[in-house]
Amino acid sequence: MSGAGVASLPTLDDAIALGLTESEYELICEKQGGRAPNQVELAMYSLLWSEHCAYKHSRKLLRTLPTEGPHVVMGPGENAGAVDTGAGLVCAFKVESHNHPSAVEPFQGAATGVGGILRDIFAIGARPVAVLDSLRFGEPGESARARYLLDGAVAGIGHYGNSIGVPTIGGEVYFEAPYEQSCLVNAMALGLAPKDQLVRSAAAGPGNVVVLFGASTGRDGIGGASVLASAELGEDEDKRPTVQVGDPFEESKLLECSLELLELGLIVALQDLGAAGLTSSASEMASKGEVGIDIDIAAVPLREADMEPFEVMVSESQERMLCVVEPRNVEAVLAVCEKWEVGGAAIGFVTDSGRMRVLRDEELLADMPVRALVDDCPLYDLAPAKPAQPLYEPPRAVLTGEESPGETLLALLGSPNLASRRPLFEQYDSIVGSRTIRRPEEADAAVLALPDGSALAVSIDCNGRRVAADPRRGTVAAVLECAANLACVGAEPLGATNNLNFGNPEKPHIAWQLSESVAGLGEACRALDAPIVGGNVSLYNEGATGPIYPTPVIGMVGRLPDGGRAGRLGFVNAADTLALVGPFAPSQAASELAKLRGQQLPDGLPEIDLAAAAEALAAVRDAVRSGTLSSAHDVAEGGVAVALAESAIAGRLGAEVTLGEGHWEALGPDGDLPDPGWPEGSAAAALFGEGSGGILVSGPEPGLRALAARTHVRLIGRVAGGRLRVSLDGHELIDADVAELAAVHAEGLRELFA
Amino acid sequence: MRARVLIRPKAGILDPQGVAVERALPALGFEGVENVHVGRLVELDVAEEGQLAPLCEKLLANPLVEDYEIEIVS
Amino acid sequence: MKFGVLQFPGSCDEVDAVEAARHVGDAELIWHRDRDLQGADAIIVPGGFSYGDYLRAGAIARFSEAMESVIEFAREGGPVLGICNGFQVLCEAGLLPGALLPNVNLRFTSRQVRLTVEQGETAFTRACTPGRELSIPAKHSWGRYHAAPDTLAAIEHGGQVVFRYAPGENFNGSLNDIAGVTNEAGNVMGLMPHPEHAVHELTGGSKDGLCIFRSMRLAVEGVAA
Repeated sequence: MSGAGVASLPTLDDAIALGLTESEYELICEKQGGRAPNQVELAMYSLLWSEHCAYKHSRKLLRTLPTEGPHVVMGPGENAGAVDTGAGLVCAFKVESHNHPSAVEPFQGAATGVGGILRDIFAIGARPVAVLDSLRFGEPGESARARYLLDGAVAGIGHYGNSIGVPTIGGEVYFEAPYEQSCLVNAMALGLAPKDQLVRSAAAGPGNVVVLFGASTGRDGIGGASVLASAELGEDEDKRPTVQVGDPFEESKLLECSLELLELGLIVALQDLGAAGLTSSASEMASKGEVGIDIDIAAVPLREADMEPFEVMVSESQERMLCVVEPRNVEAVLAVCEKWEVGGAAIGFVTDSGRMRVLRDEELLADMPVRALVDDCPLYDLAPAKPAQPLYEPPRAVLTGEESPGETLLALLGSPNLASRRPLFEQYDSIVGSRTIRRPEEADAAVLALPDGSALAVSIDCNGRRVAADPRRGTVAAVLECAANLACVGAEPLGATNNLNFGNPEKPHIAWQLSESVAGLGEACRALDAPIVGGNVSLYNEGATGPIYPTPVIGMVGRLPDGGRAGRLGFVNAADTLALVGPFAPSQAASELAKLRGQQLPDGLPEIDLAAAAEALAAVRDAVRSGTLSSAHDVAEGGVAVALAESAIAGRLGAEVTLGEGHWEALGPDGDLPDPGWPEGSAAAALFGEGSGGILVSGPEPGLRALAARTHVRLIGRVAGGRLRVSLDGHELIDADVAELAAVHAEGLRELFA
Repeated sequence: MRARVLIRPKAGILDPQGVAVERALPALGFEGVENVHVGRLVELDVAEEGQLAPLCEKLLANPLVEDYEIEIVS
Repeated sequence: MKFGVLQFPGSCDEVDAVEAARHVGDAELIWHRDRDLQGADAIIVPGGFSYGDYLRAGAIARFSEAMESVIEFAREGGPVLGICNGFQVLCEAGLLPGALLPNVNLRFTSRQVRLTVEQGETAFTRACTPGRELSIPAKHSWGRYHAAPDTLAAIEHGGQVVFRYAPGENFNGSLNDIAGVTNEAGNVMGLMPHPEHAVHELTGGSKDGLCIFRSMRLAVEGVAA
């Protein structure tokens, strides 16, 4: 076999420069039958054995998560997971991250993140119907870089989603100092397919043809692997773009082409090309099918003339798909590609060798066992240890604590984490496809119509600061928040996806965050019947100033039987009764107010009664479905006062509210359901304290009273007029004009997008 | 031959891209920069020079709102 | 009565347009490479990013085979509605006066807007209630209507401005708050907001878009107001 051109055999130093350890390199040599890998082989191993592709530090943990359930049709391991919607359709969905590219070039990083997750959806045969995004940046008030990244990422997500005609229907964004150096850009997508049309990615049938279709292959994303370039080309470093550039128009054609190929029954297996390009797609297809694959790089359509073999194999050029086709169908496949003006080329064969081989015409350039590449990467155990010291600096204080409750409410509503996201979501087309029943800011979850009158609800959530305070309980809280958002529109969970964003897992304190978080994730998903059907892990998110907050982003999909009865978060009728429902026990621990006051994170969060919270959610969900509630809104950041303000602003109606033991009417089911408790003597904790399991509802009084058969209900007042008046323990603490609250809420982020 | 076509917004048409660029410059330390306009550049190999003007009129520029300038490079 | 909805590579709202038109008559997609308009009585050029908006929005789509047939169809008096990107294509094709430029705020903006019906007797507004504002979603980044001063005067004078953004609703900077215009003959209209997304209360915020499709049906069936 030739040595792939003039380059000499790479050394251990090259392997280390590519991110492999010495023992991993030795293991590779062993897998190669006792010989050192050549340039092409080393490039491919280094990518497939990277953390990003192999999940070396997380795979063992991920195996502890619940992945099965009555609605699960496709679990983890494929391009996306899928659940049965009950309407004759399955819903495919997944979340993925594109954190590191977005920190380099936020527009393209975010855009290609959306492109990548969309491809994962149509790679299993589902038509994408929605996108959501979950973003984290540093403090916009303090950092020009944070503002730049935010602007670029939002523009990039909008550009890609809008151009390809998939609505962006929801999302979240948080601003915290620990994300300053390592921003987070996670993109979630959903798609729909008829039940029997999901396709898997396992390559099958030795003798079948491998066809690459979509955009041509260039040098996008080669970046780190460029250390392997032969000396002559090494001088032209600027010719190697490290940023992938996305083309949504190309992907729109690719999507239609792929779905038509599936509809016509012309392909055996389908896989999209993402991280590690041809290398990962081809070898993963072969691995799943327990077959071999031969790729001829001379047949790959190239964008640049003089690409080296390893470059062709590791290129991350966007908008490309790989499929396996029976020989008699190849011509028809290429004809469909031509119809959609998409490039297509037969580039190889499925074999029974169990080996991944790269050739250039007849010349063999690389030869590796598929198992070695895909399955035999060593997995590492974490060595978790709870940190003895706080890991994060306290946030910079913007409030002294001397402010009145009214002033505090205004400060919270105008703060970057709570202000209206309208300046962001107005850059997204949230309605194309005509399925969107609840648009951003209309309800706690986005809602999409299904053809039979039922609907899907979807939410994406995580408060990283709370996870930092308590990785296990903070993660339980994130899952609960997602489920609560679904309950508030009347939906029950079908399944969930997660993107674990953490620092360097080789450090014991990060390993501790990760293992505690995954434990909490498993616990909560089991309690709420929301199995994980797929997800992503992004590690090593840390810079010189330290790690990000541990951020396990949860995306959850649910179903409601009648889309016409989807809940909303804004007040609707003056004189509706108001109630706080569920085992809500507010505390200042890791709250948004504590952050604005510059307080250090506490060590641990209060315990969460998962079973009681789940029952409260179920009670609210059923009430929304039966139409007995006017509004339902999960109490989250900023506590009860902010939840009241948000519902008032959305409904353009005020409220008269009385809080406090002995001042509201407290009801609950008979029996041993423990009282949730309420903070004594602290107005700040009562008004702005946070915790799980609390939902603010409005509606005719009988419907609210009826909830007490299942969960705690505190009747706290009624919807009324144009002012929000809140008294605590008999003292009026807030008396605000709803229009003024709305103005402050609307302005908070607006100047960032002027 | 190689030609280069510069396409710019017609004078008098509001050019918000130009305005945005102009506004951003002082914050980056560049004072006294005015009258910024943002257009497009198209480079192409053509067989005959006579093809260029009709090509510009028909496709590359929208004569209603854009002016164009042709330059022969080689 | 049959609507034909054009489909280009990069069209986004063509399926929604077909679904909306089916509230009023039959509707079918017409592939951009086909010259055959399949017996359509009225044509809709839909929204989206045909050809990626490359060069200029609509600049490439207007040369397609289907558009050649649509230009002929329009010259013979057939009703043609261009929505958003469709409006851009019709301007590029010379079927409508003026041009669409980037929004003044330089951002894609998606917002429910109120429109005033300026001309109640056109082929596109005959079925709309006079004096009533329509609530229609708008979502675009290149929607600023522009025409040279003499053209602008002519279309205003000639009653070709059919829809305007209601006061306060013009976010893209269109001259004279123009949201929709017709050609001189009145059989071709371009509209930036999306009536095809306002045919269901539940997903559209209103059903106000329906009257435009109904008007086109009345025009085809030759029914006087």
